[in-house]
Amino acid sequence: MLALLVAQNIAFYIIAVMMVFGAIRVVTTKNVMHAALWLVLVLSGAAAQFILLAAEFVAITQVLVYLGAIIVLFLFGIMLTRAKTGTDDDLDNKKSAKFIGAGIGLALFGLMSYSLIDGFKDTEFGDLTVQRTAEVSDSIFSTYLLPFEVLSVLLLAALIGAIVIARRD
Amino acid sequence: MFLNQFLLLAAILFCIGVYGVLARKNGVLVLMSIELILNSVNINLVAFGAYWHVNDMANVTGQVFALFVIAVAAAEVGVGLALVLLIYRNRQSINIDDVDMLKG
Amino acid sequence: MFNIIDKVWIIPALMAASFLVILFFGKRWGTRVTAGIGIASVSICLILSVVVAGNWINRVNNPPTGAALAAEIVQANGLTPQTGKTIGEEINAATKDSGETVATDSQSASGESHASEAGAYGGEHESVPPVVRTVTWFQIGGLQFEMGTLVDGLAAMMLITVCIISLLVHIYSTEYLRGDVRFTHYYAFLSLFTASMLFYVLSSNTLQMLVGWELVGVCSFGLIGHWWEEKKNTDAALKAFLTNRVGDIGLILGVIITFFAAGGSSFNVLHLNEYALSGNANTALLLIGALCLFGGVTSKSGQFPLHTWLPDAMAGPTPVSALIHAATMVVAGVYLIARLYGVFFSGLAIGSSTFHYVAFIGGFTTIIGGLLAFVQTDLKKVLAYSTISQLGYMVMALGVGAWTAGVFHLFTHAFFKACLFLGAGSVAHACHHSFDMREMGGLRKKMPVTHATFLVATLALAGIFPLAGFWSKDEILAGSANGQENAYTIMLIFGLITAFLTAAYMGRAYWMTFWGKYRGHAHPHESPKVITVPLIILAGCAVVLGFTNFPKSFFGFKLPGSFTTRFEHFVEPTFAFPAIQHAPFTPWLAIASTILAAGGLFVAYQYFEKNRGPHGLTSRSKIAHAGYTFLENKYYLDNLYTGVIAGSTTGPLARAANWFNQNIIDGVVNGIGNGARKIAGVVYVFADQIIIDGAVNGSGQGSEGAGQLLRKIQTGKVQQYASILFAGAVVLAGVLVFVV
Repeated sequence: MLALLVAQNIAFYIIAVMMVFGAIRVVTTKNVMHAALWLVLVLSGAAAQFILLAAEFVAITQVLVYLGAIIVLFLFGIMLTRAKTGTDDDLDNKKSAKFIGAGIGLALFGLMSYSLIDGFKDTEFGDLTVQRTAEVSDSIFSTYLLPFEVLSVLLLAALIGAIVIARRD
Repeated sequence: MFLNQFLLLAAILFCIGVYGVLARKNGVLVLMSIELILNSVNINLVAFGAYWHVNDMANVTGQVFALFVIAVAAAEVGVGLALVLLIYRNRQSINIDDVDMLKG
Repeated sequence: MFNIIDKVWIIPALMAASFLVILFFGKRWGTRVTAGIGIASVSICLILSVVVAGNWINRVNNPPTGAALAAEIVQANGLTPQTGKTIGEEINAATKDSGETVATDSQSASGESHASEAGAYGGEHESVPPVVRTVTWFQIGGLQFEMGTLVDGLAAMMLITVCIISLLVHIYSTEYLRGDVRFTHYYAFLSLFTASMLFYVLSSNTLQMLVGWELVGVCSFGLIGHWWEEKKNTDAALKAFLTNRVGDIGLILGVIITFFAAGGSSFNVLHLNEYALSGNANTALLLIGALCLFGGVTSKSGQFPLHTWLPDAMAGPTPVSALIHAATMVVAGVYLIARLYGVFFSGLAIGSSTFHYVAFIGGFTTIIGGLLAFVQTDLKKVLAYSTISQLGYMVMALGVGAWTAGVFHLFTHAFFKACLFLGAGSVAHACHHSFDMREMGGLRKKMPVTHATFLVATLALAGIFPLAGFWSKDEILAGSANGQENAYTIMLIFGLITAFLTAAYMGRAYWMTFWGKYRGHAHPHESPKVITVPLIILAGCAVVLGFTNFPKSFFGFKLPGSFTTRFEHFVEPTFAFPAIQHAPFTPWLAIASTILAAGGLFVAYQYFEKNRGPHGLTSRSKIAHAGYTFLENKYYLDNLYTGVIAGSTTGPLARAANWFNQNIIDGVVNGIGNGARKIAGVVYVFADQIIIDGAVNGSGQGSEGAGQLLRKIQTGKVQQYASILFAGAVVLAGVLVFVV
């Protein structure tokens, strides 16, 4: 048990560091392509975290959807907007905006960490049991059926909308 | 493992995403930062879901919610990129600072 | 049982009804019916007045005493105990000096004795309270103002006088005004006048007397100006009315002042008299009140200096002059003094002085009236000045404390003066309505009845024994000779002089009119019976009425007590009346006045009939001429009034007032207006434009400015919106976490 936990913890921390680093690189890199790739890192890190949290289905879905579709979509977007390959200096706002952003981010982080630490310190998971896909699907198609249907309509709308917007005519 | 770990991780990612939204000029990069934010939210949700699943076996709400968020994020990215594309087609640049025609 | 004395208001009401009927229906029903209505109404009133007099005589002979008195008073609300005492106390106070005891509840009884000799009230009979019937007119602030009638001997006497003379004038006017353009109008006014005079005479309080006073003034105005097509008639009417108005100022002031002098609780005549006599009244106020009231008397009763309207009032029809300006209206002032004698007696201290304003004016008026009568060529004007002179006698009599003498003279004078006036009217009727004595003469043969009655009336006026004027004038002279505590010697001298003058000017008029050759252009003949019968009646009265006040001892001749001084016995009030001394018959004075009168007549006879004496003196002697001119211009009083007083008012005063009005008052008003305009301008520019509009505009500009500031947030840049959003979220979250 302890060994398992220790292993999970170590895995968690390694992946977490990777993710954070990757996230920082996403927002600071001067290369658009690199930003997309760092984003891949973050997303896959997220999938790994999901596995750690015994949420298999979400992990797989994350990989499929995010890494498979959304990143591709980003890459297409980069391509179609003729982003400059290599370093591009014109990717950030001016310094004051960056400072404001940093300030806000830090303030937000400070606040959130305070409330989290204050609220959830020493809250441990217990024995993480796997959340089976069957249960998830049961839940989707019974309790959360309506949001599911709405979501499908939303996706349809988004699809049609995207087509209409990006249509060349 | 502490719950806090995941939550703090999510918080960090969220804040970095916020920074990215505010600091990046390129539209695509802003969208990427938004993805960061959404992912952090997902981590949060799943962590809580796992936490509750321990006590109540039938409770898979965290996962379900995270799935929905993923779906919505996908839809949103699709539409968002379509918009960026359109902007690029019209202005030959996706500098979102230039899109300020709604100013008062 | 119906007692007319209780409901004596019916008498004026009847005349008022006659007035209304004639006013509304007279024109339609024609002159005969109109005259008939008037004559019928006055006849009924005369009969009722005689009944009232009978009731009063009854009352004096059997006065209610004791329980009956108290019961009657309580039941009929006859007396108004306004002096703060109870009714019983008042009765006691009123009757104790006659030796009676009065019980206020029904214990009648022993101790009632009728003292028949002099009580402290001087009247030789026990106190007889007048019959007072009042209703409350209105109430203000706790004070009750009443309206009612008061009947005593004086009122009853006046009732009879007014009714008889009014009746005779009504009858006379049917012939005198035959074919007149405004016959019915004239009769309406006659009825109204009679109603007003009766109303005035029966008044129980000074407010009502004021009403009656003014009403008779209005009727006088209307009747003098009866032939208003000629300007001089309207001028005369206006002069009469306006001169009376001047006097009325005094009257109104007097009414108010006496009200306050008598404790400020009632206008009732009895209350005023009692209060004045009780010694509680403020003597200064009483004096001022009496003098103010006398102001009214001055104008109405033709005293100096407000007598100027009376001669001009002769412009009216002669019956009017007979009724109003000889017998009845002009005596309203004398009646006022007689009625409010307590006030005058106390206010002017008649009892203890030898000279005071009222007596002096009375005496002075007699002389100036008499002097002016000499220079008149108009017969009616002679009679008018004679009236002024005789009114002066009456006022003088009242002024020296000879109350009965004055009132008795009023009574007798009414008859013989009316007879004189109607006789003058008869003469004029025959001489084509001209009163100019220079165009008359020798009428005694042509108009015998008129001549006879005129002669009788002239002798009565002159005061020849045994006609009425002798008795009344003699009493006045005796009164001034004896006075109350001290003799009023000056008044006596005035009286004696005037006795001579009266006889002289009346003689002049008589001889110029009825003797000599006829100098006119008409064909005079005797007037019809309708005119002569009233003359005969009046002349008969002039002969007989003197004996109603036969003195107790006449040159040693004594009649039984129930025949002497009947007038005084029944007419002189015994209630709320001062204790006055009655002068006994003074033989030497009677002889002296008769000699003077006869002398006057003789002098007139010599001068005018026989043409002896200094004729043409005025053209030879400057002084005589000046004196004559002075008299002819009526002492220049008219010039003073019209030219100086009225003229300076209409001229310089009016101009000054106009200047004041235009420049000062209008200046102030316009200045205020201009100032307001300027202020408005300033307010508009400064307050409105700058401040208020500034505020309004400023708020608008403020909003705009704020909007301009705020729109800078709206940059259109998504990232700025996002940063604001996130910043806001941080703040809110912070609030949620730390505060809530």
